[in-house]
Amino acid sequence: MSIERQQVDHVAALARLDLTDAERERLRGELGRILEAFQVLDTLDTSGIPPTAQVIPLGNVERGDTVADPLPRGQVLRNAPRVEDGQIRVPPVLDES
Amino acid sequence: MAADALCRLTLRAAADGLRAGQFTSVDLTQALLDRIQALDARVGAYLTVTADRALAQAQAADQRRAAGQDGPLLGLPLAIKDVLTTQGVPTTCASRMLEGFVPPYDATAVARLNAAGAVMLGKTNMDEFAMGSSNEHSAVKPVRNPWNLAKAPGGSSGGSAAAVAADECLAALGSDTGGSVRQPAALCGCVGLKPTYGRISRYGLIAFASSLDQIGVLTKDVPDAALLLHVLAGRDPRDSTSANVPVPDYPAGLDRGVDGLRVGVAPQYFGAGLHPDVERCVRQAIDALQTAGAVQRPVSLPHTKYALPVYYVIAPSEASANLARYNGVKYGRSDPQATDVDEMMSRVRAQGFGSEVKRRIMLGTYALSSGYYDAYYLKAQQVRTLIKNDFETAFQDVDIIAAPTAPAPAFDLGAKLDDPVAMYRSDVMTLPASLAGLPCLSIPCGFVDDLPVGLQLIAPPFAERRLLQAARAYERARGTLAAPVRQVDVP
Repeated sequence: MSIERQQVDHVAALARLDLTDAERERLRGELGRILEAFQVLDTLDTSGIPPTAQVIPLGNVERGDTVADPLPRGQVLRNAPRVEDGQIRVPPVLDES
Repeated sequence: MAADALCRLTLRAAADGLRAGQFTSVDLTQALLDRIQALDARVGAYLTVTADRALAQAQAADQRRAAGQDGPLLGLPLAIKDVLTTQGVPTTCASRMLEGFVPPYDATAVARLNAAGAVMLGKTNMDEFAMGSSNEHSAVKPVRNPWNLAKAPGGSSGGSAAAVAADECLAALGSDTGGSVRQPAALCGCVGLKPTYGRISRYGLIAFASSLDQIGVLTKDVPDAALLLHVLAGRDPRDSTSANVPVPDYPAGLDRGVDGLRVGVAPQYFGAGLHPDVERCVRQAIDALQTAGAVQRPVSLPHTKYALPVYYVIAPSEASANLARYNGVKYGRSDPQATDVDEMMSRVRAQGFGSEVKRRIMLGTYALSSGYYDAYYLKAQQVRTLIKNDFETAFQDVDIIAAPTAPAPAFDLGAKLDDPVAMYRSDVMTLPASLAGLPCLSIPCGFVDDLPVGLQLIAPPFAERRLLQAARAYERARGTLAAPVRQVDVP
């Protein structure tokens, strides 16, 4: 199965992966071969078969809305690459113009 | 007792020695740290060795014991796969993405070990984010198989399996999404148990594929696996998918035997692609169960061959969503030079993820993208139902299913690195039980070409007790395997 370069670019953008040209070309071939191996699934008629999203009979699990001790803020923020005034700093999300 | 003899002990034998005062936890811990220091440059099982912390924990355990206290794992040194968060100890998933990440909390499984008195020797190597079958996808270093250092240990819990097999710990925690505990256990010659989905809390287990991930244990024998499972299993309010099912006393009644146990054997696990000598070992093991009192019954699991494509649609799809959290904002790798958020995220992810992780994120994103969802993800979930139904039907006639764990013994490092589909096929025997969420384990059943071979046993949901009893019956019938010399022992 062959995948177009344009599809690889589209999926890489969706996945937020700034891949090099060489990576994109390699993935184009690899994804094609992997998807080809998946085609055996098309030989099965699954009409009317319910999908299994998870295997345990479990519905929504609720808990009381009770206050508990959270992790100390300083300890949590210690792993953040950029911190300012006890908050995480990121580059602008919206264009200011 | 000589240092190497200490390192070879099972958890139970070590606990007996500690209780009898034959040696201390500090003796035991120091012996293992010395062995790690001497051997691990050749094996690569550990990413982080927490020597000072381990000795402090051992000392505390010795003091508790001197004060008359005891605990199921008091003073016993274990290794933890680097996919589980450990408070104050770096946790990287063997990825450059998490370099420098120091978790502010312990995973529940780790907290339970601590509460039982265990000593943590360090964090073990793995395939990056648990994606791989050979441990060659670690961004740090590969792991070598202790039996033959040119061979892969399996993956993704290759570091944990190699550490147990090389006597660099008494036992280890791993995680299993599609076989990541059982396959390396088979290839390294130890016992690897993956309990039922939901049996052990996953709070603090760094997520790969959430409908499949489960914590497992790697041990030197079956009773040790029962002992650890008993410590780890149970409901945890912090993991809403942890099962609210009573936890039986797994170690008790382990030697009940297999009289009348119906063992299912499915032809789908013995077809083309299975190494003939592996088949011989596994069939001999099933015959040994029969001699011990079990009854062999043929069963059919007709959708087995679809497990590979189903898994490699579902797991990468879930991974592509789970790994979206690595974006340079909250923790891990970042890019302070970036001037907009999208650019930052795309660059950080391109730099931080290795080739296999990128491949699976791309595959999963593709399968979930607009226009392809029905053809891939929905289709795979429907076939997952058929695979699950196969097992449910089979378990109406049998109590347990026996199969090989891996189609062949350990392969050469590098042999499958350039062929992702061939690498994926190493998991073909372990994927079906994962997709059905069933408890299963691998136990050594022989050697082929001086490399270990694993027998896989699969049980119905939450029948871990039966699974362990059957495995123990086989272990007793088998006795000590005639093993070749481990290369790691040859200076």
